[in-house]
Order: sequence, then structure tokens, then C-alpha cells
Amino acid sequence: MIPFDFEYYRPESIASAIDTFQQLDTAEKQPMYYGGGTEIISMGRMNNLKTGAVIDLKDIADCKVMEFHQDQLVIGSSVTLTQIHEANLFPLLAQAGARIADHTIQNKITMGGNLCGTIIYKEAVLPLLLSDSLVSIAGPGGKRTIPINSIFKERMQLDKGEFVVQIKIEKQYLSCPYVHVKQTKQDKINYPLVTICAMSVGGGIRAAFSGVCDFPFRSTAMESELNNLALTLEERIDKAIALTPGLIPTNLEGSAEYRKFIMRGLLNSIINRLEGSNVSNA
Amino acid sequence: MYQMLNEGLIELKVNGEFRKALVRPADTLLFALRERLGLTGAKPGCENGDCGACTVLVDGWPIKSCLMLVAEAVGHEIQTVEGLNGAPIQTAFVDNFAFQCGYCTPGFIMNCQGLINIHPDASDEVMQEWLQSNICRCTSYQEITAAIKSVLVADES
Repeated sequence: MIPFDFEYYRPESIASAIDTFQQLDTAEKQPMYYGGGTEIISMGRMNNLKTGAVIDLKDIADCKVMEFHQDQLVIGSSVTLTQIHEANLFPLLAQAGARIADHTIQNKITMGGNLCGTIIYKEAVLPLLLSDSLVSIAGPGGKRTIPINSIFKERMQLDKGEFVVQIKIEKQYLSCPYVHVKQTKQDKINYPLVTICAMSVGGGIRAAFSGVCDFPFRSTAMESELNNLALTLEERIDKAIALTPGLIPTNLEGSAEYRKFIMRGLLNSIINRLEGSNVSNA
Repeated sequence: MYQMLNEGLIELKVNGEFRKALVRPADTLLFALRERLGLTGAKPGCENGDCGACTVLVDGWPIKSCLMLVAEAVGHEIQTVEGLNGAPIQTAFVDNFAFQCGYCTPGFIMNCQGLINIHPDASDEVMQEWLQSNICRCTSYQEITAAIKSVLVADES
């Protein structure tokens, strides 16, 4: 049971959601936008989160779409990981989402919720970073569409009252050869020790990581080393790992050294697969 | 805009019937089903989305009712184990001895029913993927797998 009360709103338009947020904020109710709600409910139950009102975005039509608009795949922020997996329009995203939590919870977790929650892993963002996706955001200041690589810096850098409406992915990335690997400490269903999404684009390899640091990331500096064909494969990998953009943690899941060991093995396998002659989708 | 500001009566469609329940906006669907509607088939286990004992179907899809606000369920079709009325999967659980203490059984059955509805031709891989959402501490996994397979195979033939 959640040990405190809050109000529940389910607006049917973007404008109504923003207006509701502003009114509740003025009333000092510390409103929160609500997607699948798995994190808000579980953290609320433990008193690790408090709010006076939630604004459920699941009735907003723009947040529910999953369709092609010209050369872009548009995915609304209220689309669930299961819907993405079942539609399989972006196989790398479908596969990454299918390894977050378990299958039943994937029926509840939304694209927007995974991107904007407080859990540090956010594995659904990795394919978006690799595919230079765009994010449509709405808030009190209006609507804006911005590259995810500009607004996702360790987490989504949203202003107060803003929420993600849609993700837009260029068609050209949907069929690029890719590899998704998730290594956990023990069970299949767990937070990642190391998750890597990699994609071959124009002859080069792009890679994004979760579990390696306290935030998911894509590093162009690491990619430069991974694609430096003047070096041996081992040198490419070691130089890339040395450029990891944050502290590699030691915790109950594994030590920093063990994570590096896992990264080396996975990157070796990924590069061999993506640079192999007969690579299609993994 | 649908809104719920305080404790009050809401109407839920459960097992094909419209039922009124007095709930808070912060109540979970699991709480409302058990404590307000007397439908105790969905079990409270971890209440953290890990064990799957509270699984029900919402619009045909398995959902962990401990991770759904009751307010979210308004306007949707909810099915609990009480609404199955002797479905083939229930008989299959009995025939295959797919339970011991039985606490996880309703959650497993609802998840299996969801799979049968949505993917009646499910491969072993898909079946395993779905079943990993539920935990049985008596470890009846082999028997549960046999039960769901027997229904999927029967549907196929």
C-alpha cells in the first residue's frame, strides 16, 4: 500500500497536461507526470518518493502513436516496451526493451517512463543514442524537438513541467546491423552488470553502454578508438575502455575490474560480429 | 479529463461485471480487488513487481496488479482468476500437478491465460520469456511448463 495520498489526473491533450501540471505546481502539490507508473508506485510504497498529484499521460493521442511519418518512425512516450517488442519496427530497440525487468512489467513500462525515471540503467535509451533519434518535448515554454544526444546527458535534461511526447527515429537506422548484449550477475532478469548496444553505420561501429557507469552513455571518443583500424583489436578495446566517461563502480553486482573484464569480452565479440563479412541483424 | 482527487466510489469492469469500489487515488488495483471487491485470487507477494503472484489480465494482457493504480484501471477490462470459470489452463494445472503450496498459482494461471489468448502458437522461447515473470518458491516450474504446453498443443490440434 502506498502510505500517502495523492490526486490522479488523466488529461486527453498535451495542453491540458501542461496546464494541469502548472496549476498543481502553483498549489505546491509537487506534481509528477505518470507513464507506466511502476517506479512511482514501487518507490512511493517504500516512501522513497512523495508527490501530491500524478498526471497520467496515457490518454494523450500524441503519446500513444507508433507509426511511420515519411522517413521517420514515431514512437509515443506512452507506448509500452511490449508494444515496441511486438511491433518490432526497430529490432534493436525491441530487443533492448525486452530485457528490461520482466515480460509482464514490460506490459506496463512505457518508453517515456524508462527514459525519464530515476533508475539509472534506462536501457531503452541506448538504441536511441545510437540512431541519433529526435525527442519531441512539450512544456510550459511550448514544444520543441531536439536530438537525444543533446538532451540526454546522463539523464534527460528536462525543464520543470516538461514531458517527452514522442521519439523520432530515421528509417535508415532501423535496419542497420546491430548487436545487443546484456550481462547480469546471475539471473536473466536483473539490472545489468554491463549492457552494450552496438550498431554498424556507414562502415563504423557505434556503441552505447548501461551498467558500466552510474548513467547510460554513448561516447564518440570511445567509438573513435573502437574504429581505429590502425590498432590491433585488443588495443582498440583497451583504449576505448580507458575513455569510459565516468567512474566504473564497484558494488554488489561486480567490481570495477570485473566490469572491465566483461566489457573487453563483449566488445571483442561485438566487433567481430559487426565487422564480419556476413553480418545481418543479430 | 478523468480525475480522482480524494477517496471515493469508482466503477471497475471486473470479470465482465461493473462493480463499484470505495478507493483512494493512491490505492493499487491489487488492494481494490482484494480489500474492496473481495476478489482474493490475486495474491499480495512482494508488492514490488517481482513475484507475479498478483497478476491479472487488463484488456487481455497480464499485469502485475500491485504496480497499477486502481484509477488507471477505470475504463479497462479486468479479469481475475475468479473470472476464468474452469478454463482449460486451470484443468491443466490440476492434471499436471503444477502447484504445491498454491500461493503463486493464480498469478501463473493468469499469465498463462494471457499467453494462450495472445500467442496461442507460442514457441518454447516465447513461453519461457512470459513465464519468467512469475516466481514459484516451491519450484514447480517443470510442471507449470507442462501445463501451459498441454493447453497450447491442444489449441493447435
